[in-house]
Amino acid sequence: MGGCHLNECNYITHGNFHALSMVNISRALLEHVGLDPERLKLKFMSGSEANVYVEGVNEFVKKVKELGPLGKGEGIEASALKAKLEAVTALIPYFRLVERERLRGPFKSEEECNEFFASDEFKELFEETIADKLAVAQIVALLRQGPLTTPGIAKVLGLTPSEVSRHLISSSRQKFVRYDEGLKRYALA
Amino acid sequence: MERVEGEVGDFKATLIRKPRYILEDKCTGCTTCVEYCPVKYPDEFNQDISQNKAVHVYFPQAIPLVAYIDESCLYLKEGKCKICEAVCKNDAIDLNQKPIKKEIKVGAIILSTGLEPYDPSLREEYHYREFQNVVTSMDFERLLSSTGAYGGEILRGSDLKHPHKLAWIQCVGSRMVLPNGNSYCSAVCCTYAQKQVIITKDHDADAECVIFHNDVRSYGKDFERFYDRTANLPNVRFVRSYVTIVKEDPVTKNVTIRYSTPDEGVKEEEFEMVVLSVGLNPPKNVEEIAEKYGIELNNHNFCKLDPVNPMITNRPGIYISGAFQGPLDIPESVFSASGAGSQVGELLQYRRGNLAKERIYPDERDVSQEEPRVGVFVCHCGANISRIVSVPSVVDYALTLPNVVYAQEQLFSCATNSAKEITDIAKEEGLNRVVVAACSPRTLEPLFRDTLREAGINQYYYEMANIREHNSWVHAKEKEEATQKAKDIVRMKVARACLLEPLQEFELPVNKNALVVGGGVAGMTCSLSIANQGHDVYLIEKSPALGGIARRLHSTLEGLDVQAYLADLIKQVYEHPLIHVYENAAITEASGYVGNFVTRVSSPRGVADIKHGAAVIAIGADLYTPTEYLYGQDDRVVTNLELEELIFQDDEKALNAESLVMIQCVGCRNEDRNYCSRICCSQSIKNALNLKKKNPAVDIYILFRDMRTYGFKEDYYREAADNDVRFIRYEPEDPPEVEVAQEGGKSVLRISVTDYILQNKIELDADMIALASAVLPSGDTKEIAGLFKVVLSPDGFFKEAHVKLRPVEFGTDGVYLCGTTHYPKFIQETINQSYGAAGRVLTLLSRDTVTASGSVCEVDENRCISCGACITACTYGAIDFYESPQGRKARVNPVLCKGDGLCNTKCATNAIMLKHFNDQEIISEIDALFFEEAEAEAEEEESVRLVEAAVESV
Repeated sequence: MGGCHLNECNYITHGNFHALSMVNISRALLEHVGLDPERLKLKFMSGSEANVYVEGVNEFVKKVKELGPLGKGEGIEASALKAKLEAVTALIPYFRLVERERLRGPFKSEEECNEFFASDEFKELFEETIADKLAVAQIVALLRQGPLTTPGIAKVLGLTPSEVSRHLISSSRQKFVRYDEGLKRYALA
Repeated sequence: MERVEGEVGDFKATLIRKPRYILEDKCTGCTTCVEYCPVKYPDEFNQDISQNKAVHVYFPQAIPLVAYIDESCLYLKEGKCKICEAVCKNDAIDLNQKPIKKEIKVGAIILSTGLEPYDPSLREEYHYREFQNVVTSMDFERLLSSTGAYGGEILRGSDLKHPHKLAWIQCVGSRMVLPNGNSYCSAVCCTYAQKQVIITKDHDADAECVIFHNDVRSYGKDFERFYDRTANLPNVRFVRSYVTIVKEDPVTKNVTIRYSTPDEGVKEEEFEMVVLSVGLNPPKNVEEIAEKYGIELNNHNFCKLDPVNPMITNRPGIYISGAFQGPLDIPESVFSASGAGSQVGELLQYRRGNLAKERIYPDERDVSQEEPRVGVFVCHCGANISRIVSVPSVVDYALTLPNVVYAQEQLFSCATNSAKEITDIAKEEGLNRVVVAACSPRTLEPLFRDTLREAGINQYYYEMANIREHNSWVHAKEKEEATQKAKDIVRMKVARACLLEPLQEFELPVNKNALVVGGGVAGMTCSLSIANQGHDVYLIEKSPALGGIARRLHSTLEGLDVQAYLADLIKQVYEHPLIHVYENAAITEASGYVGNFVTRVSSPRGVADIKHGAAVIAIGADLYTPTEYLYGQDDRVVTNLELEELIFQDDEKALNAESLVMIQCVGCRNEDRNYCSRICCSQSIKNALNLKKKNPAVDIYILFRDMRTYGFKEDYYREAADNDVRFIRYEPEDPPEVEVAQEGGKSVLRISVTDYILQNKIELDADMIALASAVLPSGDTKEIAGLFKVVLSPDGFFKEAHVKLRPVEFGTDGVYLCGTTHYPKFIQETINQSYGAAGRVLTLLSRDTVTASGSVCEVDENRCISCGACITACTYGAIDFYESPQGRKARVNPVLCKGDGLCNTKCATNAIMLKHFNDQEIISEIDALFFEEAEAEAEEEESVRLVEAAVESV
């Protein structure tokens, strides 16, 4: 993503600060689902900085080539990748709410913003507000492809079996999933 | 300008127009001629550092974007070459042009002559043009610029390498009473040098930068923070020292500077590049200008100013703006520019609108039920595009795209005949969408939208494919790929064009009255200028009388009798039939928006709901009541303003004082208030000089951090020093201390302070202390900000829409500001800004309607869950809740919406969307771009397909 330099926004809404936050959140999400956060980059530049643009794009293209195809580079199976992306996509409305309620600035500089998103405070907030929801969403998305056992789910999503088990229990209670006794696997409710 | 005859309201100006050798109406600024021109010579715009051609555009953002040919042209010199004529596809070159004499009749003239940077080669000690790596700040500016001499690389003249150790020398040509120097302070160099340091560090984070300075004059709005930011960068040093440029190393061409510090004494240091922070001189040939226009100059050869109206000259009808007033920074120049405009408006009000012509467009055809019929016009841009991109093949390709029913090439789509051709073909072929593949929409989109309007098609059915800036200009060496890319871009734009919707621009009537809040110098000046242009003004004053803080001032540093001036101003206000003054008034409610405000004012006259089209905030500032230095405990400690009063009243205590100490920066430039109050240094000098006049024997000491007597005020600083006013600098970490002591049988105020020159603590016994107490934002600022939905700067003053581009208006349309409510400033500066605000108010009130873009946000009420996320995102205040039959829903006011779309990204349910840039329209472009690739790769690369799917569902 490219954007105007901070504090040089054409609009008094200063959307580029918001963009910086959203990119930070998105990078955290990528990392959380096992994708390399380096796949998303935000660079601020002005319209006259052709050199910055060219260098930025070239650097990024090189980086992405190094990382390889999405998922493959990270060693994630196609079915898991699909479930992960579906889960993230499905939760976008929720992320927007969380951003507004819990993760919004005001940040006065790029450093301040990046510092917050690298802090333990953010990690805790992320765990508290997003991590569980995202795990459940991934499980649901994965089960949409077919029933699976607890260790099976854990393996595909890169979670521990106890975590998966915890989410399955709460999701069963909320009637998102059910245990299929015949198949001895979890399936969508 | 050859000659100016006549008088105010009826001048005859004789202009001589130098030949450009280019037919402006034919030149499209494509710059093909520049490429082929064989003559290279030093580029004046880039300070002669790099080369340009005999035919060229003066600089990349020039307006008009039209080439010109200068004297270095081979044909003009020797009658040969004419290559440009041969390569220009639009026959825009005319080497036979001659100067044209033209007489024009005008009612008023504004002189915006600008300034001339100081030329340091006038003084040998700078070694400019002698040492290769000594450059001026103007040179350096062109090195920093990405359109500058080396495309944004900072390179040394001697070896074209990047310097890593740089020095800035301040006050070059300024603050010096020496031959070929200027005695005044150039007012802008401290801050521009800091800017250059910051940008240098952006280029090269490890660069070592040293600024050798005298006082650091960060007196402008937010400048103190800027100074802090610069000083806190790693490897940046501010050194307070005079310097000598000693030598240039014969091999490395590095430059040695000698300076001194209190700790280490005199020392020498080598730098790879030295930047001279040159000052501001009057414009070139200023005497000639003065004579031609019959105007007087001051002792510094800038225009002689009227202290109560710095935009007029001694010749009625001739106004000035910008740095011809004296050294000014950009915001101040813009104030005076808008202000001079407003005064011309007062003069020529009776002729307003006489030259304007209304355009009439044919009725719009309703095509919403038709299938898309897209016409594609591919521009050669002379050879600019077609030299790289195969235009005919792009046209052929366009014809194969879905919904494209017509495509053709054009030599210059923007030429008048081509634009007409688009209109004609749109009508003949029954087109309902048009795509022009040419240049950036930034410059020409309005023109092409117009061709659609002329054809009776909604202008939002127009789409632009940029195959020049984004393609032919950057892929000059990859012709085939560039042609492919042009096709891709056209395909994307055609896909988008098919989804476009007709949008209506929205017109609202403008109420012709203005409301001015605050009846000080700013509010009254602004009111008068607006009222003199025929608009009713409602002037709201909180206190029982007009005048504001100026009521407490007696003279300015330059000697203006403030009370006489104020009395005259108040009289003018009361006598003006269109100004309605409300004293003892309070604003209790304000609603509405640009052109249509309603403000409730409560005053002894009762409660009034005033309808107005524009509002000006001029509520002034407050003064800090010191808690430091025994103020309030010992009545011999007074503020500057109180001292001014005492001197004026010939108070015995003040006049008989044997010794008086002034302490600067009381209550600001500290952690709580990180800004400079701007006026206090000059105020102290004023008081010191006035007191010295009445009692020459008095000892006056001024304890300061940086004396910030910028511009011509520097002369008074020097006068004070010449009159034995003594200046002692202190550091904020080691401020002066004050105690009451007994000396020679009488009680004195004893001040102890560290003298940095003597390097020791000294004690001063004073009969009186005057504190330069800070200027604070008015206590009413927050309340007014809430009422008019405007915002504040970090220091609590009102925040203008843009520091330089829109310095007298708020981001909230229709609301303006002037005077000390913006930032502390002198009367003269306030007057500049107040006329400036009036000028901007008039650009609004002189219109009958305001037009809102069609590309604004809209709420899908079925999806709106009334969470308010969009409302908190929109600092324009364009969205509010209203009670719909389905409950509370967000609603967009199209007049206030600026179409930035931030709300779209915040809405959890995607209920709000920006018209003309909705998801479908944008995604259609991405889909069109990746369509073929995705098809091909999908078979072998499953994961790619998944990503596409994910993108689509987003």
